[in-house]
Amino acid sequence: MSRLESALADLRLADTLAARDTGLSRLDPRAKIVTTLAFLAAVVSYERHTVVALLPFLLYPVALVSMGEVPWRWLARKLALAAPFAVLMGIANPVLDRAPLEVAHGVTMAGGWISFGSILLRFALTVTAALAVVAGTGMHALCAGLAALGTPRVFTAQLLFLWRYAFVLGGEGARMATAREARGGRGSPTLAVYGSLAGHLLLRAFERAERIHRAMLARGFDGEIRPSRALRWSSRDTVFVVGWVAFFVAARAVYLPLLLGRLLTGLGG
Amino acid sequence: MNQQVVEAIGLSYAYPDGTTALDGASFRVAPGESVAIVGGNGAGKSTLLLMMAGLLEANAGEVRIGDVSVTPGSRDFVRRTIGFVFQDADDQLFMPTVKEDVAFGPLNFGVPAEEAASLAATALDVVGASHLAERPPYHLSGGEKRAVALAGVIAMGPSVLLLDEPTAGLDPAARRRLIKLLQAFEHTRIVATHDLDFVLDVCARVLVMEGGRIVADGAPDAVFRDEPLLARCHLEAPLRWQG
Amino acid sequence: MHMADALLSPAVGGAMWVASAATLAVCARKVSARSEDRIVPLMGVLGAFVFAAQMINFAIPGTGSSGHLGGGLLLAILLGPSAAFLAIASVLTVQALFFADGGLLALGANLFNIGVLPCFVAYPLLYRPLAPAGSSRARVGIAASVAAVGGLLLGATGVVLQTVASGISSLPAGPFLALMLPIHLAIGLAEGLATAALVLFLAKARPDLLPAAPAPLRRRSLAGFAVAAALVAGVLSWFASPQPDGLEWSIARAAGMAELKAPEGGMHGSMARLQSTTALLPDYDLPASRAAAQGEAAWPEVNAGKSFAGLVGALATLGLVVAAGFALRRRR
Ligand SMILES: Nc1ncnc2c1ncn2[C@@H]1O[C@H](COP(=O)(O)OP(=O)(O)OP(=O)(O)O)[C@@H](O)[C@H]1O
Ligand SMILES: [Mg+2]
Repeated sequence: MSRLESALADLRLADTLAARDTGLSRLDPRAKIVTTLAFLAAVVSYERHTVVALLPFLLYPVALVSMGEVPWRWLARKLALAAPFAVLMGIANPVLDRAPLEVAHGVTMAGGWISFGSILLRFALTVTAALAVVAGTGMHALCAGLAALGTPRVFTAQLLFLWRYAFVLGGEGARMATAREARGGRGSPTLAVYGSLAGHLLLRAFERAERIHRAMLARGFDGEIRPSRALRWSSRDTVFVVGWVAFFVAARAVYLPLLLGRLLTGLGG
Repeated sequence: MNQQVVEAIGLSYAYPDGTTALDGASFRVAPGESVAIVGGNGAGKSTLLLMMAGLLEANAGEVRIGDVSVTPGSRDFVRRTIGFVFQDADDQLFMPTVKEDVAFGPLNFGVPAEEAASLAATALDVVGASHLAERPPYHLSGGEKRAVALAGVIAMGPSVLLLDEPTAGLDPAARRRLIKLLQAFEHTRIVATHDLDFVLDVCARVLVMEGGRIVADGAPDAVFRDEPLLARCHLEAPLRWQG
Repeated sequence: MHMADALLSPAVGGAMWVASAATLAVCARKVSARSEDRIVPLMGVLGAFVFAAQMINFAIPGTGSSGHLGGGLLLAILLGPSAAFLAIASVLTVQALFFADGGLLALGANLFNIGVLPCFVAYPLLYRPLAPAGSSRARVGIAASVAAVGGLLLGATGVVLQTVASGISSLPAGPFLALMLPIHLAIGLAEGLATAALVLFLAKARPDLLPAAPAPLRRRSLAGFAVAAALVAGVLSWFASPQPDGLEWSIARAAGMAELKAPEGGMHGSMARLQSTTALLPDYDLPASRAAAQGEAAWPEVNAGKSFAGLVGALATLGLVVAAGFALRRRR
């Protein structure tokens, strides 16, 4: 059960982070969504043995984290929780792909290790960027941005309901499970107990939806949730989008680390 | 405030599963009156309030506001006239921030965004919750949620307020603030509650419900002295009288 | 199991996004067209329920292990497929955003595997025919289990095909499938048990909340739509795949064909060309397929000067990134 409680605590923390006023939170959510999508596209467009050429892309998540003052500890914890899957999916590569690649003069490595490294790096890049944007934007602004970018309203509206009532229903579920434990229930419940426990939670969910709907009707709801604040696109947002996309294109087109290395060492090929 | 008489005439209702919740309830509330509805659990108080707000349709009987009968056809008028503060504030608060939630009703009535924002600010000021305006409503305390829910209703400018167990779960200070607030209102107030001390402070009249019917109607001072009635309806004399 | 950004090629990820976004748009239109405004809070709250219920485990009888609800099938039973897809899509979106389950690019693939397949294939083609209105409790239980297992096996197959078509992981389709299917058979059984338990609970406590079975005509059009979506996604990722070797291999095996050649021209060819033109400096990161085809070590012209420069450059890049991070933080 602690799993449900810690997940809720996690969501609440993300909400708290997003409520702060930071350089990142002041940007229009549309700017952050569009730029992050461009970033993802650029990162995943590389061939699978790419490691070094991906390094310049670290700049984007690092900049987001700094602008959004996202705590590194929080980020590291979330990365660590999500990492096993990436490791699991990548770990077969060194076994299956043993073709040697020469990574530096006279040094060869199995291609599988390089692609494994690439998978981990991609994972870190994409996950960090997404988490930083979320922590620096918040669910509500993200939904407003998504809606403004053409996502169907029904979807964004019920996404907001999900977000809102995950706290309420999650709290109810956690309390029910605690009550079961308090009365001596140990380990995972049997299917029969589960059916009744989760079933009651489901019933409450239905009843809750009914009451919410009534409360909405009582305040004149007619099927449409009207936005009360318009998004404002400023020149800062344009600079953010154009600047970063230009950087991604440049980093994709030019092998920046090698260029830098040649500049610094005066050596070349 | 343009006020009308509110009237329930022979209201009956059974939920889809067959439970009879109302069984011929009738009463009349004068403009500006503050009336309590008391009764044991399951007596039908919440059902009665829902019906008066046009959120449930009676099987028999009628609710009238002034000359208007509450029906699906008079929905818009009913929504503007009657404000409903729900028992569980979590049912009512779902917008991203407190101020957006309070503006939800006015926006639904077609009030322009700026004006809705200022109505919301005023309503928050009335309930003493201006400092919460930017917070997301779901991380507030129970008392704060209740205040914000009340603001969301006041912002729509209703002339009749229906409140379902407004003091449940409030700490004594928050309860006292709510009492002060409701005493100062000029709206017609109909309050379903188990808190008889609250009734003594806020309401000049009390209706007692039992089994979906109104079984007593009078001044709290008189009704609450009728020990057999109170016992039959799962009630007890106000604490301040039990000395 | 969630698909992850790190394993997806942009072409496959993009194709899955297109398929899922199109489904989302169609579902949103269908749901808005229903003139019951009650459905929006209901979808949101039931989505919140699934989110919470996924984290409550129960003991799987006779195994000593525990399972939990996935939710796609349950939502389809409670809300109908279109509204259910929107609700499960929200759950997956929240998980992708806040728990880094999968990631944003992979969200399209996950919506497809965990949303489209249970809602538009398993529900109308398995659950509904097996448990028509008025079925006995046992029948509902069996139907839910079969549909849940079917949905999860399809989803697992989806993960395998998307991974192999992307060619980032070296796992070939056959062994990968052999690994994924048994796992998902077990997960599917747990999902089926949980779904059945909840549906039966509801049928007993509040039968009025379970919607009546949809008319058969609509069911067929939904199934047709699902098949179409699956075909489009499959064909798109097939053509879009820069490295269809693994996929070819498994399809050839499945079809019992000795050889199945990807078309040289057409969309696959132009995608491959696009891929090689976007890799502007192909000699630094040689596609492995080419290396393998040539049967020689990749990265042909590696010399001492260049590798030293590369190493220094990599370190300098990292240094600059860290410095930029600090600078941005200070400036505020
Ligand atoms: N949604 C529902 N479905 C079926 N029966 C219901 C429903 N809501 C209420 N009831 C039943 O209707 C009767 C009246 O309920 P109501 O909620 O109006 O009572 P109440 O006086 O507000 O009680 P309380 O003091 O506990 O809030 C009760 O018997 C109750 O069980
Ligand atoms: Mg009540």
